[in-house]
Amino acid sequence: MLFKTRNFDTAKTILTVENLTVSLPPAAKAPPVLNRISLTIRQGETVCLVGESGSGKSVTSLAIMGLLPKDALFVTGGRITLSGTDLLSQSQNAMQDIRARRVAMIFQEPMTALNPVMRVGDQIEEVLESHTSMSAHERRQRVIDIMKDVHLPDVERIHRSYPHQLSGGQRQRIMIAMALVLEPELLIADEPTTALDVTTQQQILSLIAELQEKHGTAVLFITHDMGVVAEIADTVYVMKSGDLVENAPIETLLRAPKQDYTQKLLRAVPSLVPRAARPVPGGDPVLRVESLDMIYGGGGFFVKRPGTHAAKDVTFDVARGRTLGIVGESGSGKSTVARCIMRLIAPTSGAIHLRDTDIAHLSRAQLKPHRQHLQVVFQDPFRSLNPRWTVGRSLIEGPVNYGTSARDAMARAAELMGIVGLPRDSLDRYPHQFSGGQRQRIAIARAVMMQPDVLVADEAVSALDVSVQAQVLELLDDLQEKLGITIVFITHDLRVAAQICDDVIVMQRGVVVEQGPAAAVLADPQHEYTRSLIEAAPGRAWDFANFRELGAA
Amino acid sequence: MSYSAPPASAMQSVLRLFSIPSLAKLGVGPLIAAAVLVMIVIVTLLSPWLAPFDPLEMNPMNRLQGPSEEHFLGTDPFGRDIYSRVLIGGRVSLLIGIGAAVVSVLIGLVIGLIAGFFRLADTLIMRVMDSLMAIPSILLAIALVALNGPSITSVIMAITIPEIPRVVRLVRSVVLTAREEPYVEAAIALGSSMPKILFQHLMPNTMAPLIVQGTYILASAILTEAILSFLGAGVSTEIPTWGNIMAEGRQYFRVKPELILWPGLMLSMCILTINLLGDTARDLLDPRLKKRGE
Amino acid sequence: MLGYLIRRVLAIIPVMLIVAIFVFLLLRLTPGDPAAIIAGDMATPEQLERIREAMGLNQPIHTQFISWMGRLLQGDLGTSLISGTPVITMVGQRMFPTINIALLTIVIAVAIAVPMGVLAAWRHRSWVDYAVMSFSVMGFSVPVFVIGYIFILVFSITLGWLPVQGYAAPAEKGFGEFLYRGILPALTLATIYIALIARMTRASMLEVLGEDYIRTARAKGVKESRVLFRHALRNAAVPILTVIGTGFALLISGVVVTESVFNIPGIGRLTVDAILARDYPVIQAMILITSATYVVVNLIIDISYTIFDPRIRY
Repeated sequence: MLFKTRNFDTAKTILTVENLTVSLPPAAKAPPVLNRISLTIRQGETVCLVGESGSGKSVTSLAIMGLLPKDALFVTGGRITLSGTDLLSQSQNAMQDIRARRVAMIFQEPMTALNPVMRVGDQIEEVLESHTSMSAHERRQRVIDIMKDVHLPDVERIHRSYPHQLSGGQRQRIMIAMALVLEPELLIADEPTTALDVTTQQQILSLIAELQEKHGTAVLFITHDMGVVAEIADTVYVMKSGDLVENAPIETLLRAPKQDYTQKLLRAVPSLVPRAARPVPGGDPVLRVESLDMIYGGGGFFVKRPGTHAAKDVTFDVARGRTLGIVGESGSGKSTVARCIMRLIAPTSGAIHLRDTDIAHLSRAQLKPHRQHLQVVFQDPFRSLNPRWTVGRSLIEGPVNYGTSARDAMARAAELMGIVGLPRDSLDRYPHQFSGGQRQRIAIARAVMMQPDVLVADEAVSALDVSVQAQVLELLDDLQEKLGITIVFITHDLRVAAQICDDVIVMQRGVVVEQGPAAAVLADPQHEYTRSLIEAAPGRAWDFANFRELGAA
Repeated sequence: MSYSAPPASAMQSVLRLFSIPSLAKLGVGPLIAAAVLVMIVIVTLLSPWLAPFDPLEMNPMNRLQGPSEEHFLGTDPFGRDIYSRVLIGGRVSLLIGIGAAVVSVLIGLVIGLIAGFFRLADTLIMRVMDSLMAIPSILLAIALVALNGPSITSVIMAITIPEIPRVVRLVRSVVLTAREEPYVEAAIALGSSMPKILFQHLMPNTMAPLIVQGTYILASAILTEAILSFLGAGVSTEIPTWGNIMAEGRQYFRVKPELILWPGLMLSMCILTINLLGDTARDLLDPRLKKRGE
Repeated sequence: MLGYLIRRVLAIIPVMLIVAIFVFLLLRLTPGDPAAIIAGDMATPEQLERIREAMGLNQPIHTQFISWMGRLLQGDLGTSLISGTPVITMVGQRMFPTINIALLTIVIAVAIAVPMGVLAAWRHRSWVDYAVMSFSVMGFSVPVFVIGYIFILVFSITLGWLPVQGYAAPAEKGFGEFLYRGILPALTLATIYIALIARMTRASMLEVLGEDYIRTARAKGVKESRVLFRHALRNAAVPILTVIGTGFALLISGVVVTESVFNIPGIGRLTVDAILARDYPVIQAMILITSATYVVVNLIIDISYTIFDPRIRY
């Protein structure tokens, strides 16, 4: 079965939202944040609300919960009905009683969504304290039961743990237990797996499905990830800047999207099928890393503490003009490797040959002549440019350091603005005047100004919406084509890796578990861990960009 | 999501204080505070011409008189005109406050940059600063004045030294946070030299917090000057400062509370308005705090 | 945990050593003859010689330092130049009024300031918030002795409710009498402390109230009072504790002034008298003692963080 094909026509309607409009305070004179949104969720149904950032999907969920930030956002029209109860007309106290008992919510970041100074067992129990008259003993029993229901191991120990002592997946299970302990009619899940690694994501998604099946809960699932949508949705609503663009059963929407925006969104989803192999160039590799080891910390004054072995015996090389992907989940050591290559940190041992020089242990001064051959693009487009500098000043910083005159550098910068697709007058503006995707283009331009041999892109598209992501990936590809740059691309996203990489390294807990051409590694993984990564990638059987099953040519 | 623009330079940060939209957002409170402060400063500066009497001229026949047409606020135990003395008293108080604020910010900036940037110096500097912080500032200041004599410079120095560690900590923490920013790492990758990174990327981050901190130091320095004078460890009693006038009023508090209340009122208004403007500057300049409030 | 405690206590040593060096150098690095500074302008050569002798000023500076430190480590804080009494005895006689008033102050300040701050943050931008913030700014702006005199003027002279000055030891005269005489000085001292703590409580609460877990608590349908006190205040506690600790320095400064205003025979008065009389050994000792108190109070506060935040583990 590719998609869910359940029929809900006869099921009881749980939630109806009719013409919901949410606005900023009148003084802001801004268009509404939500513009006449309508949706329906029936018992046992999973409705996915998809859209890019700023589409208003989270605002919708907060409006249903009655948790819009006060003084900032106001419901200015429409109705929200939960099984016959008009939610918008409820008093504060009545709404307080409805929350958790009839409608519950789980959030994106389970670390920040749990109170860090309260034991997790007590946090679940608090729901029962607030809504039931159970005795302390009954409450405790119920908490233990629900913790078993969400498949937490070693329940007694976790019951008295604090959030920081648990893994991300366990924390999200606690959140789910907390939301479902009173068996609400409706569960709202706001990007509940976005902050999790792909393998954990899969477990959480199947847990939500399992519990939904068991209790017949209606689920409103908010996500930006089309893969996740394909995996879990019965019905999909697509949102764009506060408007509802399109809604349809999952299969209909993926096979025959009606609206241009939906089509565009689906086309931008990178395919899991690796790119066509490019001819392997001859000559020596530009970058050669040998037995790289990085141990953080260690030492200690009274007791010798073992350090964190973030990278163990990492060896690889990249030829000129190729793209190497380093793929792994959080804690795999991929960013450590990137920072070592960039020599933002010094590796504990090993060699990093850039062209013909080992730069692994050079001093600051010795490094300087080599820095220009090695540039970097970071993840966060909002922090990677100095906010006080004009774009032009940021762009010429590097060349001027190496003796180019400011005037020549500025001319080159103007030229590059054209290449990365920004207007020339961008040079006189400040970073805050640009969107995330534009800033990432500027950051790329800044790196390219140095005409480097190697460009390290550390999760360079992870913070961007898919449509922007696709454009930035295309830009990197173009630049590589034109200038013959070698790219080391660090990512957690297999789809992105498949789109851009010639070769792939898969890392797990500091160790390289598999490496080889992207086509080989992704299509025919040898290592168990690589296989589990690929199997966990949501929606992997579907070719989103072509609206059909994968391989159905 | 609206994204507030970070100030492009220290100068721009200051200019933004006066831009029309931000003032409109603030409401009238800060405007009134600014107006009151400006008035106090003008009156203080013009005091030699505004004061009806010579503030130092004693007249034993006229001691401790109540308010009259001639003596607006009455006279003190030496028959001097209280109104004239209160007007003049602000000059030295303000001078000491501004002196202490400027000197402590400058010295603190230099030491803080060194501590934030050079790991080796950091430990030593911060140990010394921690120790200085441990000494109660008033005690340290009185000891310094007691030893160096009651001159204006010595009082400025005595108020400055205990403030320095606070500035150093502020500058250091800003530098330490900023050096983790990707744009600083990018500058390293672009081959920028250490001084360039320090002065062009890191130091501008300290300007906005320093302006705010400097305002608070100004307020607290004026306060400290008054306390020092009150304890008999301020500038020489021959110089009329708000603190000195109040110190002389202690003995006569039951018969003539005006000797403490009027200079106390002027001083408090002055400090209050400076503090309010400091809060305003902080709200405008510190995006982190601003976000916290929304 | 034990290892951390030991490390923290050991870390006091360098701090106090630097304070000691500083205190020692204060007098010796001042321009001019230290003996003349201490004795004042009217001193005779014999008096100067006697002071030099008493303070060991005739010896080379490092010898002076070593013997001074040696005596310090044996608990000898020196002897008053004026009365000839050992400083330690003087402090012993005068410390209880100060400690009692300070404790009363801290209790009053925390009891008033924390609820004020919580309320202001909860009702952010309402009149309550503006009232709390205005009080807080004013608390910072009025010199502590002016506050003291205003209190005396209002409560003692005009209303006649409370005595103008003086002190009663709770052990001798009973707690009621202590409170009767101690409440005005404690309130005077508490004003700036309340301003400080309320401001920090508000800021810290505002930050915490914006956190995701507060939204979670509300999404759980938990009562608002519980959200504020069980969830928010506990998370906001560490910065509040910190400011109580660093504000202790303000308290010490305030003590010096307040004891003069209310005529309380505590160590604040002792210090002021010593300064006016240029009784240098007493000044040195007082700076050392108050600094050590500050360091110890802040050490205790640092350690107490663990009670409020389980993430802080040593």
